[in-house]
Amino acid sequence: MSNERSAKTTQLAEVWRRLKRNKAAIIGGVIVLVYVLVALLAPLISPYPPLEGNLAKRLQGPSLENWLGTDALGRDILSRVIYGARISLQIQLAAVVIALVLGTLLGLFGGYYGGFTDGLIMRLMDILLAFPGIFLAIAIIAVLGPGLMNLILAAGIYSVPQFARIVRGSILSLKEKEFVEAARASGESDTSIIFRYLLPNSMAPLIIQTSLRMATVLLTASGLSFLGLGVQPPHAEWGAMLSTARPYLITAPHVATFPGLAIMFVVMGFNLFGDGLRDSLDPRLKD
Amino acid sequence: MIRYILKRLAMLIPVLLGVSIISFALLRLVPGDPAVLLAGEDANPDFIEAVRKEYGFDQPLHVQYLRFMGNVLQGDFGISIRSREPVVNLLKQRFIFTLKLSLCAILIASLIGLIAGIISATRQYSIFDNLSMIGALFGISMPIFWLGLLLMLIFGVYLRWLPVGGSGELRHLVLPALAMGAASAAVIARMTRASMLEVIRQDFIRTARANGLRERVVIYKHALKNAMIPVITVFGLEFGYMLGGAVLTETVFSLPGIGRLMVEGIFQRDYAVVQGAMILVATTFVVVNLLTDIAYAFFDPKIRYE
Repeated sequence: MSNERSAKTTQLAEVWRRLKRNKAAIIGGVIVLVYVLVALLAPLISPYPPLEGNLAKRLQGPSLENWLGTDALGRDILSRVIYGARISLQIQLAAVVIALVLGTLLGLFGGYYGGFTDGLIMRLMDILLAFPGIFLAIAIIAVLGPGLMNLILAAGIYSVPQFARIVRGSILSLKEKEFVEAARASGESDTSIIFRYLLPNSMAPLIIQTSLRMATVLLTASGLSFLGLGVQPPHAEWGAMLSTARPYLITAPHVATFPGLAIMFVVMGFNLFGDGLRDSLDPRLKD
Repeated sequence: MIRYILKRLAMLIPVLLGVSIISFALLRLVPGDPAVLLAGEDANPDFIEAVRKEYGFDQPLHVQYLRFMGNVLQGDFGISIRSREPVVNLLKQRFIFTLKLSLCAILIASLIGLIAGIISATRQYSIFDNLSMIGALFGISMPIFWLGLLLMLIFGVYLRWLPVGGSGELRHLVLPALAMGAASAAVIARMTRASMLEVIRQDFIRTARANGLRERVVIYKHALKNAMIPVITVFGLEFGYMLGGAVLTETVFSLPGIGRLMVEGIFQRDYAVVQGAMILVATTFVVVNLLTDIAYAFFDPKIRYE
């Protein structure tokens, strides 16, 4: 047992060592860290309340008082971008957890039992994947109706097939391995084999996918809010902010600039971090 | 090859069946009386009853589904409650537009992506390689709708090179296609680069070089041909995703595409339109994927004998 543990620690140390040397992963990790901190500390660091405006100061450019300027209702854009991090992080976490749990369970059972169960699960995933990208999320919203909770559900369900496929793929290759044979021969139950042997060994692709999916979910969720199908104004959600900034694009372009920059950097952070994780967790994939 | 195509076609059937069931279920899952949803809340009771009869909402579900599918297969998607036009006419106009837009976008994306990918691979770690990979990172990280707004601002408002509104002519499509193609260009560039790098390291390329072939011939004739195989899949996938993702670009530039039609349908509770758009987009996407797989199998014989 102690041997097993020390082997695990060296493995983790090795991953950490590789991750530290990966410049892209460090930049990505720092962006993600800043994003999480901003989201957590929003009430402490935002200079103004995000929903209160001063109509006398509408559509003003960046200044000492309002670093990023004000929007059409005279609200401080910096404060709204800061609070936007809070909403986005909540959506991302909730949606990715839904997808991670459902997708992993479906992938585990499909991959392990094979046959009819597997066929049924995978055809179901194929049907979900027949709606390209954000279109699936829009179709789900068409049934559930717009709003924050439904947005989370839509972004979550829409990510289930990705996790299911990845987990299934790694289970299929793992279940033929000797240590699984050994566990089965020593009389371990299916549940025990699945959760004690197969799941822990498919963690690497799952972790990578989680980081990359955080990026996709943010793009999708802010896109849906931009379309008016997600978080509704006056809430300070980045996509919704961009949609209300559209009429003032020519007269006050700064209003549409900063929420977009925020989305881009956070997405970039998760992408860089996910790519870095892939290089460190699975060095074979590196070119 | 024909066996492979038939096998893939057979796999299409359950997926399309599922798509039709989901689209059919839409009307039944939305709270409210489906006859009222389809006829419109302000319709007179006689018309609502007529719709109930016409769609068979008074019949059991499986009868309703069969009738629905029968209509769809005959190209009858019902009547839009807002425009009072047959949905199939709306779908046709809007879909052709989205198809045109997506074609322009994939063309731009392939051109930029392939050129950037090939140069990056042949000059790995050069300034060009680094810059284009950073560009690709921005490409996949920028939200399409924000990029669209920026392009409008830069090329339409500041430089005045291209029109900001309108949808009739080809020049109206340049900015939207650029916005829509940016992410795909990034994906294609990355994929081309990775694939080229892998091929360049293989033995047959070393042999070609050792035989004294010119570098240009080695790269463009031997390496590129083999490196393109995995990239073909990306073309197909990206094109398919464009059909679904077009809604964002169409909204930014106020273009009359199928995605916009569907979102307007959701807002106006025009469910016949939503249903039709879902079926049409999903079917097209599935068919595009099938064609991509066939093309892939055609170029890479290993797949066929799997």
